[in-house]
Amino acid sequence: MIAAIAFYVFAIIMLISAAMVVSARNPVHSVLFLILTFFNAAGLFLLTGAEFLTMILVIVYVGAVAVLFLFVVMMLDINFAELRSGFQRYLPVGLAIGTVLLIELALVVGGWEVAPQAGALRYAPTAAGMSNTAQLGRLIYTDYIFLFQAAGLVLLVAMIGAIVLTLRDRKTSRHQVIAVQTARTAQATLELVDVPLGAGIATLGIRRPLPEPVAAEPEHDAHAHADAGGH
Amino acid sequence: MAGFFATDFGILILTVLKALAIIVPVLIGMAYLTLAERKVLAAVQLRKGPNVVGPFGMLQPFADAVKMLMKETVVPAGANRLLFLMAPMLTFGLAVIAWAVIPVNDGWAIANINVGILYLFAISSLGVYGVIIAGWASNSKYAFLGALRSAAQMVSYEVSIGFVIVSVLLCVGSLNLNDIVLAQRHIWFAIPLLPMFVVFFISALAETNRSPFDLPEGESEIVAGFFVEYSAMAFALFYLGEYTNMILMSALTTILFLGGWLAPFGVVPFTWIPGPLWFIAKIVLCLTVFIWVRATFPRYRYDQLMRLGWKVFLPLSLAWLIITAGALMLFGWLPRAA
Repeated sequence: MIAAIAFYVFAIIMLISAAMVVSARNPVHSVLFLILTFFNAAGLFLLTGAEFLTMILVIVYVGAVAVLFLFVVMMLDINFAELRSGFQRYLPVGLAIGTVLLIELALVVGGWEVAPQAGALRYAPTAAGMSNTAQLGRLIYTDYIFLFQAAGLVLLVAMIGAIVLTLRDRKTSRHQVIAVQTARTAQATLELVDVPLGAGIATLGIRRPLPEPVAAEPEHDAHAHADAGGH
Repeated sequence: MAGFFATDFGILILTVLKALAIIVPVLIGMAYLTLAERKVLAAVQLRKGPNVVGPFGMLQPFADAVKMLMKETVVPAGANRLLFLMAPMLTFGLAVIAWAVIPVNDGWAIANINVGILYLFAISSLGVYGVIIAGWASNSKYAFLGALRSAAQMVSYEVSIGFVIVSVLLCVGSLNLNDIVLAQRHIWFAIPLLPMFVVFFISALAETNRSPFDLPEGESEIVAGFFVEYSAMAFALFYLGEYTNMILMSALTTILFLGGWLAPFGVVPFTWIPGPLWFIAKIVLCLTVFIWVRATFPRYRYDQLMRLGWKVFLPLSLAWLIITAGALMLFGWLPRAA
């Protein structure tokens, strides 16, 4: 009884929020409704006993993917009047695409045949004495290992592609090289000198290693020497 | 009486009582954590800290709570009212519901579920929404900057937390929090997995937005970050959420690495003390380190924060995960799959 009520609550909220994703005026609200949809889908998974999928759905989609969506959408500067201005102009194109998709969906659903053993499988989804998570792991890492690895490779390619597209190493930007900073020693940067009372820097011969002055004016040169005394 | 608790209504009553039995101590602990933080900070800085309200300032948290309740909740003119008010509730609510699966003693959890650790990971990854929604709904530049910083930071550190959790799970062979603690009867995971323990603790600091990673609320640059527009109880809820999250992260550290409710060494003088007290003592130890770090370290720069997360912790935790898996396979220590 409670399971049935929970199912209908999750399902109804999920359908309503899914509709709101496409109909909400404000894109940020759309993303928030999308998150609500994910949550209710997770709830439906939970009702079927797939607790691992529930948690993964929440962690991956709600915890990571939707955060990035929200991140991007929040930074958009959207002019709502402009957004709605082309409605009538684009209506025929949109309708045409929608019709094509609808026909395709109808063809797919019309040609759908349920496998004879599917009904039996549905009633015994998990073997006895084994948790849902362990069974998933056993299937993925044995029978479906190639598909699993192939999916991983596709994601890897996508990741490398994203990095290649966005990486631009401007030579002008100043990078902090932490290794160089931590490798510095006191000996390399500091020099402790016993200075006799009243002696100038020039008399002691303390010089910072300066680059060779290239045809500098005498006055400028003297200035550089004054700077060099900044030990 | 036992018959009554077996009926539907009885189970409902029992669950509510169990929930209260964990939420009330957590909230009281949270209130005294604010006081403890001020006292420890004061001690580090050679001050006295709050000492006026009640003996040793013990009533200070309640005075603060009453003050917060008396103040006016201001909603900025350009704010998205609904989301603005929803964000603090979300932050606090998420911090509290995570406690449903925390085992305080052997089998003492409200819900002893098979995927307990994933549940905690999911809840902690949702924490970012409270922050990001607050920042956006405030319709303020500073709040929004704080929210963006926070979102990037929390997502970054979650990745290494995930790998740390996976390497602990490899040693346990179960996602159940109770099993994770029981697997540490012989040795606490803090010892064989010491680098992971350190990575986890530092990531926990970043995940709870505590210093030295409190960039989202960096008060010297962006005033107070994402909750700059909040006042009164809404502000207090963010505060409560942050401190409850701190306790939660300490509890998680205790469960994953410090042997939960188990007594150290499992020998006689220690085992006389009941498990929940050990659990609380270990949480308090972690919290002290949280506060100690705050008193000691300067705030990270943002690019260094990102570098630490992605270029140091991620490779380190990934490498240690592979080493752990390899060692377990090599010596045949792999736990039997449940």
